[in-house]
Amino acid sequence: MTRALKKRLKATALWLTTFVLMIVMCVPGLWVVLSAFRPNREILAKPPVWVPQDLTLRNFTKIFGIGEETVAIPVLSYFWNSLVIATTSTVIALIIGMAGGYAFARFRFRFKNAWFLGLMLFRTVPGIALSLPVFMLWSRLGIIDTQMGLIIVYVSLNVPFTVWLIDGFFRQIPMSLSEAAQVDGCTRWQAFWKIEFPLAKSGIAAAGVFAFLTSWNEFALASQLTRSTDSKTLPVGLMDFTSQFTIDWAGMCAMAVIIIVPALILTFLVQKHLIAGLTFGGVKG
Amino acid sequence: MAGITLDRVVKRYGKLEVVHGIDLEIGHNEFVVLVGPSGCGKSTTLRMIAGLEDISDGDIRIGERVVNDLPPRKRNVSMVFQNYALYPHMNVRDNLGFGLKIAGQPAKVIEERVAEAAGILGLSELMDRIPAELSGGQRQRVAMGRAIVRHPDAFLFDEPLSNLDAKLRVQMRTEIKKLHGKVATTVVYVTHDQVEAMTLADRIVVMKDGYIEQVGTPMEVFNHPVNTFVASFIGSPPMNLIPGRIEGGEVRFSGGGTVPVPGRLKEHVRGGQEVIFGVRPDDLSPIGHGIHEARETCEIDLTVELAELLGTETLIYTSLAGQEIQGKMFDPRDLKVGETLTFRLSLDKAHLFDAATGRSVRPR
Ligand SMILES: Nc1ncnc2c1ncn2[C@@H]1O[C@H](COP(=O)(O)OP(=O)(O)OP(=O)(O)O)[C@@H](O)[C@H]1O
Ligand SMILES: [Mg+2]
Repeated sequence: MTRALKKRLKATALWLTTFVLMIVMCVPGLWVVLSAFRPNREILAKPPVWVPQDLTLRNFTKIFGIGEETVAIPVLSYFWNSLVIATTSTVIALIIGMAGGYAFARFRFRFKNAWFLGLMLFRTVPGIALSLPVFMLWSRLGIIDTQMGLIIVYVSLNVPFTVWLIDGFFRQIPMSLSEAAQVDGCTRWQAFWKIEFPLAKSGIAAAGVFAFLTSWNEFALASQLTRSTDSKTLPVGLMDFTSQFTIDWAGMCAMAVIIIVPALILTFLVQKHLIAGLTFGGVKG
Repeated sequence: MAGITLDRVVKRYGKLEVVHGIDLEIGHNEFVVLVGPSGCGKSTTLRMIAGLEDISDGDIRIGERVVNDLPPRKRNVSMVFQNYALYPHMNVRDNLGFGLKIAGQPAKVIEERVAEAAGILGLSELMDRIPAELSGGQRQRVAMGRAIVRHPDAFLFDEPLSNLDAKLRVQMRTEIKKLHGKVATTVVYVTHDQVEAMTLADRIVVMKDGYIEQVGTPMEVFNHPVNTFVASFIGSPPMNLIPGRIEGGEVRFSGGGTVPVPGRLKEHVRGGQEVIFGVRPDDLSPIGHGIHEARETCEIDLTVELAELLGTETLIYTSLAGQEIQGKMFDPRDLKVGETLTFRLSLDKAHLFDAATGRSVRPR
């Protein structure tokens, strides 16, 4: 009797803790989303208005300049820049990650561990610490305020991570699978695409999502390296809502939602692959 | 028509040489088993035949072709791996047909061959399952099926049964033997299990430390081991080996006691020679409880230290000349520890090895 009760209590406590943690994590995000649909005066009201009285889409129409509004902020350009930069840098980081991860997982070469460690150490440098050197280098090269400038930065930011993650996934795939395929008539290349790649797909997808989100959300470096609609990304665009004395919270929140939604959509699309955990039933041991 | 020939094949990893110039001729449709303790280079040898490892020196021929520099896919062999290496994301049908598909065979041919292999191995019911949904024995069969669909010149097996439990292992062993009967092909089979080697092989290749110690039929290897290593490796329980010295037609054991030098070996030893006397437990039984109608025997009194009833026989642990040895009592009766029995030792079946070289004094 008491034992069952204890168990029940424990479960409840666990559930409550989880719930509280979830709330703590989600509330700021939810507040942002909520604020995106509220007028500025309600957001700033004192005492705060907890329950929204006045939900509106005006914040969004204002950003996009729909209706009688004038276009305040070139959101579409920012969106386009973000999309191009994040997608391109992710694709490149994935290609390098696959090649590098495969090499680390499968081949022996000199200084392999040193290379790997070096790659990881590179990640320990905070991006912002690099901003000044990168800025100077980029201005010499004339790629300040270009999409390419940011793409290069994001690729180098993401490659260590994609290599590391994809290496881990290839490592889990027994060598004998590729060998079996080769004995079965494949070239090494065919064995890779027909056997090892499909098995590492979930890892590659995961690496892709992370790389994309990193690039999509990055602010510090982008704010240094971009100036205009040529290359400004959405997170940098958020700053357009601040002026010297006022901050347009409502507009900012609406913009934040615009940033969040594609990221959410992508994550949902890919999550099927992320959790479709591999069952290595093909091999034993 | 394809045998396999290894000609002074060497494998080095950097400076480390792990296979030392081995020679081996494997006949067409012969079932050859490479056996030896862990790390002796069996897998390496097999993988060199498959093309999964480069060879450092020497030649490998499959049929008439020298295959030294051919990639695995051009050697027309198939391999069954220890961990089966089934493609986890494909069902049984696709696993079986993969090689044929890669080779660009028409769908109809693939279907026929896959069905044929599935029939031989009893896989027809399982065609739509993926490997994760199969039992160990079924996976094993799929792996073999994948090997046979391509009608290769040779099958290479690397410890295919070592992941199965004891009962299944025995069952699959018989199946492999039967399979070889149905699908006559050259087979190279690697195992460290000497029972598997004895039961499956047309010829056994005993390896140790990257050298071939002996090649022969199971009978030859069992009855005429060329050295103490083969003598103790083949046969279970292993042959008793007792060091001694030849003195006046007798072997005087270092720890005391003598046995006569077996007649057939007399002319192969000289007085004063340090030797190792070998006798299998089967050839050392209490009087009236032996199996052999030996012509030449001697009798020794030994004290039972431990007796293990195995069913039709009892394994007796005892010591001779200060050395632990084993004997067998067939048609056993109850034994007491400490009981002293008179054993009959079949000298016909006994062996003598030179103590210095470990080689049999009577080379064959
Ligand atoms: N890649 C490698 N680099 C260096 N040495 C290796 C390599 N692969 C194998 N060896 C060595 O080669 C020797 C033979 O290995 P192999 O795998 O052929 O042994 P095996 O007879 O198959 O043993 P087991 O019964 O344990 O499978 C071993 O001593 C092993 O340490
Ligand atoms: Mg091995």
